[in-house]
Amino acid sequence: MIEVLTYITEHAVQWGAVVLLMLGLYIVMTRGNLIKKVIGLNIFQTAVFLLYISIGYVLDGAAPIVLEGAERYSNPLPHVLILTAIVVSVATTSLALALIVRIQEAYGSIEEDEILEHGET
Amino acid sequence: MSIVEHLPALQVAVPLIAAPLCAMMLRPSIAWPFAVLASWITFAISVALMDQVLSHGTITYNMGGWSPPWGISYVIDPLNALLLLLVSGMAAIIMPGVRLGIGVEVTFRAQRLFFTVALLSLTGMLGIVITGDAFNLYVFLEISSLSSYALVAMGSDRRASKAAFNYLIQGTIGATFILIGIGLVYMMTGTLNMADMANRLTDLHGSATVQAAFAFILVGAGIKFAMFPAHAWMPNAYTYAPSLVSAFFGATATKVGAYILIRFIYDVFGAEFAFDEMHVGWVLIPLGLAGAFVGSLVAIWQDDLKRMLAYSSVAQIGYVAAAIGLGNHDGLIAAIVHVFNHGLMKGALFLVTACVILRLGRADMTSFRGLGKRMPVTMGCFVVAGLSMIGVPFTVGFISKWYLILGALDADMWPVAVLIVMSSLLSIIYIWRVVEVAYFNDPPDDVKVTEAPAMLLVPTLILTVLCIAFGVATKITVGVAGLAANSLGVYP
Repeated sequence: MIEVLTYITEHAVQWGAVVLLMLGLYIVMTRGNLIKKVIGLNIFQTAVFLLYISIGYVLDGAAPIVLEGAERYSNPLPHVLILTAIVVSVATTSLALALIVRIQEAYGSIEEDEILEHGET
Repeated sequence: MSIVEHLPALQVAVPLIAAPLCAMMLRPSIAWPFAVLASWITFAISVALMDQVLSHGTITYNMGGWSPPWGISYVIDPLNALLLLLVSGMAAIIMPGVRLGIGVEVTFRAQRLFFTVALLSLTGMLGIVITGDAFNLYVFLEISSLSSYALVAMGSDRRASKAAFNYLIQGTIGATFILIGIGLVYMMTGTLNMADMANRLTDLHGSATVQAAFAFILVGAGIKFAMFPAHAWMPNAYTYAPSLVSAFFGATATKVGAYILIRFIYDVFGAEFAFDEMHVGWVLIPLGLAGAFVGSLVAIWQDDLKRMLAYSSVAQIGYVAAAIGLGNHDGLIAAIVHVFNHGLMKGALFLVTACVILRLGRADMTSFRGLGKRMPVTMGCFVVAGLSMIGVPFTVGFISKWYLILGALDADMWPVAVLIVMSSLLSIIYIWRVVEVAYFNDPPDDVKVTEAPAMLLVPTLILTVLCIAFGVATKITVGVAGLAANSLGVYP
């Protein structure tokens, strides 16, 4: 039991990422409301950002800028990568929201079952 | 420094720069020739790169002069070169017809933006194929995906928005899975350069993190590749997208997914790890064959030609997946050649649909009645490309299936070879349905239809002729695919 707990606490960030990942995916798959799907997708992507940021962490590492007295620095590369991924995620979200506006205009609803109901033409 | 040295950068830069310029042009009548010119220059660069690769071997280009593994490098080996040729060639052939094709389907206001998004999509696909950096691959994947969602949403049917939304959700999940996989590999190797990754991963066999990374990338690329059972986004997206977008995507988008799969399985992770440790063949071959049967069977029952072709793509992608899973020289040749050949025939078939939709406004089975007499050239193209889809000798479809069966026999899997032949027979049925309606039914008297205009007919004819040309002269496709298989370390 103790081993399991230490295993979990030692990898708290990774576990956090896994939980968020599953939550996001679950929301995307089970919710019928398109906005909620997009929110789920965002949670799903945030989990990956967390995972990446955790890769860059160096024990006792300072922020990766020139600092007085700092000997070790965190790895800045994953941070930069995730900045790019965040931009992608923002673009995806805005495109998804734009599509939802168009779906609302075309069908008068953003609930998936209602769209399917009167959507076969 | 001559311009020839910078061709790898220009390959991606030309469409990338042309895209925002198109958005600034207020009239589609100006944006269109500009986009055509950009796509032709891009194609010329691909041809030049292919020529260089064949005469001098693999090209490595360091972006901004930063040497790898610090900088981003573009690596062009025979596999990349062939895919670049396919993607840019399809764009160059289809782009001239776009003006007419989208005239009936996309609102005038959106037309110039259509060219912008199409060029961005082209940029993304070329970037995925050309780059030697794993994270760069993800960025280009998202560029091509985001523009693909927008292109699908431009369809005139209101269901296009819903199809694009579903495509967006599933595409994003797929891309994010690839991102997780790349992150896990980075965690273990500390590098993002694919060649460097491949070197360092050889010492890491047995690591659970690397195995998880492989699984994530396999699933992510599988979704992008529309591999059964992750193909759900494709039929609707291809059915409701503007016809020429379907033609371009049917010929290229899923092929890029196949490229990612081949590159990561054979190059980055290595065939030894993928096949001996992860037994990827046991995933790809059964799913590929299942996809071939399910796709063909569902295609038989479709009334809308675009939807039928989309399900036929599910089946053809199944063959590619199975070929990748065979893991021997002939199998890999079959995968690469079929990626190229299927691009040609699916492009031709979707262009035929575009011609029919332009003239009749729809492409369901009843609208094909008597078209064999009314649109003889268009339907002739359909018959030739359809025969190629079935795999009749002297067409490209025969070449790829021939190598696929050779690969299956080489791997001592004769049941696989039998199943491939059986599923090919199913494609006869769905192609025949259209041929029967078009040639053995009388045209309705009240509808006067003439042959499609030259702007659309010529691209269709070019692709159809290529379907036969590459089926007779196989030196380019099979020869380059053989070189590609060798460069991936899979020897006969």
